[in-house]
Amino acid sequence: MLEIVNAQKAFDRGTPNEHLALDDLSLSVADGEFVTILGSNGAGKSTLFNAICGNFLLDRGHIVLGGKDITFLPEHRRAARIGRLFQDPMKGTAPNLSIEENLALAYSRNTRGMLRIAISRKDRELFRQSLADFGMGLEDRMDTKMGLLSGGQRQAVTLLMSTIVTPDLLLLDEHTAALDPATAEKVMQITNGIVYERHITTLMITHNMSSALTTGTRTIMMDSGAVIFDFGAEQRRSMTVSDLLDMYSEKKKEVFDNDRILLSR
Amino acid sequence: MNLLIGSLQLGLLYSIMVMGIYISFRIMNIPDLTTEGSFTFGLAASAMISAAGHPLLAILVSIIAGAGAGMITGILQTKLDIHPVLAGILTMSGIYSVNLLVMHGASNVTLLNSKTIFNMMTGAFPDLPKDAVKLIIPLLAAVIVLLVLTLFFKTSLGLSIRATGDNADMVRASSINVDVVKIIAIGLANACIGLCGGLTAQYQSFADINSGVGILVVGLASVIIGEAFIRSRNMFLCFVSAIVGSIVYRYIIALAMKSPLFPAYMLKLISAVIVTIALALPAARKMSASRRLNAANKADDGGKQDA
Repeated sequence: MLEIVNAQKAFDRGTPNEHLALDDLSLSVADGEFVTILGSNGAGKSTLFNAICGNFLLDRGHIVLGGKDITFLPEHRRAARIGRLFQDPMKGTAPNLSIEENLALAYSRNTRGMLRIAISRKDRELFRQSLADFGMGLEDRMDTKMGLLSGGQRQAVTLLMSTIVTPDLLLLDEHTAALDPATAEKVMQITNGIVYERHITTLMITHNMSSALTTGTRTIMMDSGAVIFDFGAEQRRSMTVSDLLDMYSEKKKEVFDNDRILLSR
Repeated sequence: MNLLIGSLQLGLLYSIMVMGIYISFRIMNIPDLTTEGSFTFGLAASAMISAAGHPLLAILVSIIAGAGAGMITGILQTKLDIHPVLAGILTMSGIYSVNLLVMHGASNVTLLNSKTIFNMMTGAFPDLPKDAVKLIIPLLAAVIVLLVLTLFFKTSLGLSIRATGDNADMVRASSINVDVVKIIAIGLANACIGLCGGLTAQYQSFADINSGVGILVVGLASVIIGEAFIRSRNMFLCFVSAIVGSIVYRYIIALAMKSPLFPAYMLKLISAVIVTIALALPAARKMSASRRLNAANKADDGGKQDA
């Protein structure tokens, strides 16, 4: 589904601050796979997502999504096939628009001409149904301004927005990290439900090592802009967090340095 | 009585421009100086084409002229990445020359002996008094613009415009070309403003190259006054508030002008002061709140020392 070939990206090229954010990274993700991504601070996890979404163009390499080369496609054109959630619940929604209007906007990528009425009765019913599935009571608050919702509620709506038209690829960038544990659990549960039910190819950055090993079907670890470990379902099963940290130290000859990962063990 | 009717006429006439400014200022969050140019552009085009004997065509062209000016600003903002306020200033400044070109180098044009939609209507309904005609046409125009805009903002494109003003990243993530949306939005806002200029030329039977000076502040003042009366998330009511604001603004100005305190040349200063006060209100509230907290804290500390 997703094929990244020898991706390379340097920032601040030609200055003393130059660093390789993506260093000859190659990654191949099969249709329907759910990959969790771990990595120390500055390993290039978010940069990888930015490259896939087209926030910047690669210096070298190719990105192929669903058989189509998207390396040079502008950001908004790629967005038609990629759903993305950020850690910051504010990022994915328009705060002064209602829940319904936010959903309608996300749904409009499906459609139907920009001059059609944005929210039909049928759309409204679809939104209501989908929100009801979350069990958060949001289906009765569709006229509420998005900005008035809690972080967890916003993240749930954003998740629905990114998947209401089934994307070819779903990118989750620590989307539960800013939530309290119970809410994070709930949002993760909703995420799993949507991803499995609709068989969506998904990449998820997380700082929670143990859940990285149990969520999804495959785990990769990144370091210095490259993939250093890649575990399939079989390998992951017997693995513990300390195994993972030991392997990291052995390979890198240094201690893993992501505070949040270590703190959340 | 005269003051009442005159203010109502002007209020309705300029409400079309105020609805345009509502789009750029409130929905897109840009104080768009293109306004001053696009208003005069519509005015000049309308005057010249009316003078040539086609007042209805003149109105149509003034809409297109305004839209064109706005879209140029939009392109400067998005494709050339120029600061939104500066982009508006550039268009406004450049269009001054274009307006003079349209008016064949004259700084004013009179329509006293030309056909306008106003004297066409007087001709069609001889029984109607002139003042009634000058009320009916702006009223009709304002209602039509109100309905068209309300309908437009119910479409996907309209929703995208509102979302772009709110969170452009989110719109991009919904696979919508934000640049195009912005260009259309600013074009639409200035289409209203150009139309208002076009009607104004025929309403007052003359066009002056400096008619647009200070008009942005007039529009901002009207938007802010309107919001004091109606605050809503319903787009229809938002545009109604723009119309109400425009009419109330005209009353305030008429009253101020009538009092011996303010000679006519004070008009722009009064408008500027209204806008400044309205924009300063949140800051003033914050200041007084923090002062109150401070005083309360001090009182607390004092109490502790005493004890």
